Amino acid sequence: MFPTPIAQTKKTTQVGYKLLLPIAVILWLLPLAAVFMTSARSIVDINAGNYWGLPTEWNLIENYTAVFASTNMARYLLNSLLITLPVMVGSVFLATLAGFALAKFKFRGNLLIFALFIGGNFVPFQILMIPVRNLTIDLGLYDTIWALIFFHVAFQTGFCSLFMRNFIIGIPEELLESCRLEGASEWKIFYSIILPLVRPALAALAVLIFTFVWNDYFWALILVQSDEVRPVTAGISALRGQWLASWNLISAGAIVAALPPVALFFAMQKHFIAGLTLGATKG
Amino acid sequence: MHSNNSRSWSDTLTPWYFLAPAIVIFIVYVVFPIGQSILMSFYQWDGIGEKVFIGFGNYLELGEDPQFWTSLVNNILWLLFYMLAVPLGLGIALFLNQEVLGIRAVKSLFFFPFVISQVIIGIVFSWFYDPSYGLLQDILALVNIDPLPILADEGLVTYGIIAAGLWPQVAYTMILFLTGLNNISPDQIEAARMDGAKGWSMLRYIVIPQLRPATFIAVVVTVIGALRSFDLVASMTAGGPYGSSSVLAYFMYEQAIFNYRMGYGAAIATVLFLIMLIYIAFFLWRMLKDERG
Repeated sequence: MFPTPIAQTKKTTQVGYKLLLPIAVILWLLPLAAVFMTSARSIVDINAGNYWGLPTEWNLIENYTAVFASTNMARYLLNSLLITLPVMVGSVFLATLAGFALAKFKFRGNLLIFALFIGGNFVPFQILMIPVRNLTIDLGLYDTIWALIFFHVAFQTGFCSLFMRNFIIGIPEELLESCRLEGASEWKIFYSIILPLVRPALAALAVLIFTFVWNDYFWALILVQSDEVRPVTAGISALRGQWLASWNLISAGAIVAALPPVALFFAMQKHFIAGLTLGATKG
Repeated sequence: MHSNNSRSWSDTLTPWYFLAPAIVIFIVYVVFPIGQSILMSFYQWDGIGEKVFIGFGNYLELGEDPQFWTSLVNNILWLLFYMLAVPLGLGIALFLNQEVLGIRAVKSLFFFPFVISQVIIGIVFSWFYDPSYGLLQDILALVNIDPLPILADEGLVTYGIIAAGLWPQVAYTMILFLTGLNNISPDQIEAARMDGAKGWSMLRYIVIPQLRPATFIAVVVTVIGALRSFDLVASMTAGGPYGSSSVLAYFMYEQAIFNYRMGYGAAIATVLFLIMLIYIAFFLWRMLKDERG
């Protein structure tokens, strides 16, 4: 193990390390703590510059209630959910099909398609912006949640396919061969062997896609504009314009908007990190 | 013979059944638009009226547009300073790669800024930098420095936004390095320790070479992140003050959406795409080299 395990070092180093850890965490999360503290204050406190002292009045409940009562925050959150969940299912499903083909069949163009999925993943969104916006308008989907769902499914399918392909390639060939000898169709092999075995990858991908799509801001600006369909990222950004310097409300809104992916991360940490670090150990 | 033939025919078709939905939607929404954008960059178009072919007109205009150069220089600053995420992430990973009580929770707390939307990160840091009440001013006051209105200062604003971007990015590279460190064979470390390697020499000659895959991914995602920077610029300054913090991604958006200059916007996007293409090509080349063995 590197660095040297702390248990093998001098007593003073050990104590020093254990003291340093919480300090490091506090410093690291300080900007976020500031936002959280602010979300519990009244505007009077903020204007008085009362930062770390106790709030003169606790406005935690008032501020968070105000976020929901006087804005469309609940609607934004619902929209984000209505966009994110179908994208999660759609792109992961299409990618599992594609990943199976790329991992287990030799055919002309296999590597080319694989490269296309990888490369497409890295392109700047701006090169897609105008044509995708026009296409969405032509399809009559502009300013509907379907505009975002279709785009995200398409884009995330690239990433998911390469992920799935690398996962499925590890499934032993003999397993598929024995089924083929029994006369099973490729479709049957797909759902009776591949699908059950990729379950860990499905979980990892699902949490990653949820986070990516939930946090998208650019496409929410480009493909929708009304409050009825806006996801929470574009929503909070619009609210900032209305709240101006009411930092207590902005802070409370920001925390509400950030919470779902953070909660999901803490609940599904293992899967999330497994998905994110795929490729960091080999290749 | 005949059945054999038809079997191989269906064999060649089978993968395409599985691939078709993914490929069709990917081509429609990703591959095809790239071509359309590049084509559009040779036209003048307001988004509604007639498209007028003007050859390299948009590119020539870009060359003389000071806002283009400001944005390009800012993108280069992003590329340079965002790279700090790689050594910083490695540093924190080395610091946290221990087995003490509660270390798992500490790692999660270091990592979770990564899952917060960049729009929110923008809000968090706008508040942190706030010239009247921001935390940064309190910290500066401790060392007797007058308040610095970072986001209103043309010379500092880009660095301020990059610093905000580094926060989640360092979390990301840190988790890549932690995973990498976890996979280093303990035998090699022990063997090197027997040979008297420790501290810097161990890190330099044994650990870092073994972290190559993690480092590679960390560099790739950081480059992509730097060139994609849009959310933070849009949510912290909208390119201001006076366009001084704009980047190509934001400049393009501004021209196309607010000024209705689709052709000009497409030209900016094409420039950004070509810069990115260098990295994409490099990444693909490496990846395919591995695939072929």
